[in-house]
Amino acid sequence: MYVAVKGGEQAIDNAHLLLARDRRGDPAVPELSIDQIREQMTLAIARVMAEGSLYEPDLAALAIKQARGDLIEAIFLLRAYRTTLPRFGDCVPMDTADMSIRRRVSAVFKDLPGGQILGPTFDYTHRLLDPDLAIADDERPCPIVASVGAEPVVAPHILQILDREGLVEAPQSGVDAGVEEDLTRTPLEFPACRELRLQALARGDEGFLLALGYSTQRGYGRTHPFAGEIRIGEVELSFVPAELGFEVPLGAVTITECEMVNQFRGSETQAPQFTRGYGCVFGQSERKAMSMALVDRALRANDLGEASGVPAQDEEFVLSHCDNVQATGFVEHLKLPHYVDFQAELALLRQLRDDWSEKRIAKADADRSAKEQQEEAAE
Amino acid sequence: MSDLPEYNFAYLDEQTKRMIRRAILKAIAIPGYQTPFASREMPMPYGWGTGGVQVTAAILGTDDVLKVIDQGSDDTTNAVSIRKFFARTAGVRTTTRTPEATIIQTRHRIPETALGEHQVIVYQVPIPEPLRFLEPRETETRRMHALEDYGVMHVKLYEDIAQHGHIATAYAYPVKVDERYVMDPSPTPKFDNPKMNQCPALQLFGAGREKRIYAIPPYTRVVSLDFEDHPFERTRISGACSLCNSTKAFLDEVITDDQGGRAFMCSDTDYCEQARSRIGPLS
Ligand SMILES: [Zn+2]
Repeated sequence: MYVAVKGGEQAIDNAHLLLARDRRGDPAVPELSIDQIREQMTLAIARVMAEGSLYEPDLAALAIKQARGDLIEAIFLLRAYRTTLPRFGDCVPMDTADMSIRRRVSAVFKDLPGGQILGPTFDYTHRLLDPDLAIADDERPCPIVASVGAEPVVAPHILQILDREGLVEAPQSGVDAGVEEDLTRTPLEFPACRELRLQALARGDEGFLLALGYSTQRGYGRTHPFAGEIRIGEVELSFVPAELGFEVPLGAVTITECEMVNQFRGSETQAPQFTRGYGCVFGQSERKAMSMALVDRALRANDLGEASGVPAQDEEFVLSHCDNVQATGFVEHLKLPHYVDFQAELALLRQLRDDWSEKRIAKADADRSAKEQQEEAAE
Repeated sequence: MSDLPEYNFAYLDEQTKRMIRRAILKAIAIPGYQTPFASREMPMPYGWGTGGVQVTAAILGTDDVLKVIDQGSDDTTNAVSIRKFFARTAGVRTTTRTPEATIIQTRHRIPETALGEHQVIVYQVPIPEPLRFLEPRETETRRMHALEDYGVMHVKLYEDIAQHGHIATAYAYPVKVDERYVMDPSPTPKFDNPKMNQCPALQLFGAGREKRIYAIPPYTRVVSLDFEDHPFERTRISGACSLCNSTKAFLDEVITDDQGGRAFMCSDTDYCEQARSRIGPLS
């Protein structure tokens, strides 16, 4: 006699124990510290903070450790914590023109005020595995020199310079328009304003935005982009407490900002000019900032009268699917039990198959008798 | 980082609960209408019942007795996990007995035991939009609901009949609520649809990822979509539960050996246990 499987509770507890064991790995190897992760996995920290929408390197490091290096799981951990935090208010809009720049490149002007600053980049490394890195720190022959870094610089945005001639559209500011919506506090409705779109993209999955941005370069909604400027550095944030009435600095965040310049042939009401695609993310993440700028520009296709129905231009498609915490949840929920639905489908399928066989038999019978009649008639 | 976060009763903060309750009240006022709400990120993944959990958290009081089922069973892993979550964050009494519960959170089933006026049933909903697989765009489906433009749904059902001779939908079978909104009953088998009609209990539906709440107030007319000449047919149960002999309950099929041996048993484990305690064990 079959007895129903019991013991879900015990199974869950055991799964948690196994998870903890596997997270730790071989106990003979020293355990990773939060400090190590924060200091040496900075780009992973950046991604988790950006898509987790919470700037807190220590908690991001903890999340990465707890998630065994699964960054989407770490992002989820950070989001679930973020949602419980009280909101004090909104900070003063940050001005990225005041950024202490550590890296800044422009693909449109050779030289510019403030200069091109290569900074810490993989761009010109040869992707050869470095055996030196496999040697423990204290045994390594040449210690890292800390003196190459120049002082951070402050410089105006490059598009500002083009702007004087009216060659580039003026930047749009949600602050001026009084837009203070937050998609984590109000459900997103379509059509969404650009500010909400940018919020969704800033939280959106790097891989998803990368693929969408890439698709625009391959002809699915071409935007003729130039990397006007990419800058990475620290920007100060401040807050005006109602009881004080003046700005109080809160600290600085590292961000990556990308302004794409895109061709625009003009329309009946607008003269031809360059348009902008904008990307801005926490931490150092050029791939994400650039992808975001491409997708932002593609999503403006409707307003600019160039929409051609490709995925990257489709606001509902992009915004409904860019969140990896939502996506991973819904994809992975397929592993939850679906016995009941499957049972209902099974019964339906059996019925459909019986109907199908009956019909076939009936048809074969009809065909045979028709053939016999024909033969009789021929005789 | 050493200070551990303290959570509010039933996890959500009171502001959030208030926001969810406002959405619930609106949903009750417009039966079957999908009310947008500012769904929060929950400490369990989307798809694991975050909508249902938020609705339950918003209505849960200290005197409530909670039952959680998944696939009709109190012992499936996710039902265990959600029940534990509320036992831990709210300290409420939990039960597996359907009549004892004041709130029943469910995924994919409605209990076989009839619900009463003292109860609220909270459904976990993956895709709240019954028109979604006919029209992927939210902007379009909202317009269709506003205009009561359900032509595509009737065409789909008609095509089923033309092709198969009957409506080939076994679960998430669409219903019309209070003669106005077409509604997705969540992925319950169509066997459960008649239980929604004129139900004395309040029925609440939460879709976390899609950020929608909808409701059926007590004693509301809920009709499964059909045609005059092809009326809705409840799935007939063939066979009997091998544990309690019931022929009236929805049965799960279990594979008993590697020779294709099969057995059936009640999907509603509480119902099955009660039936067995009445008749004594089958030999
Ligand atoms: Zn039974």
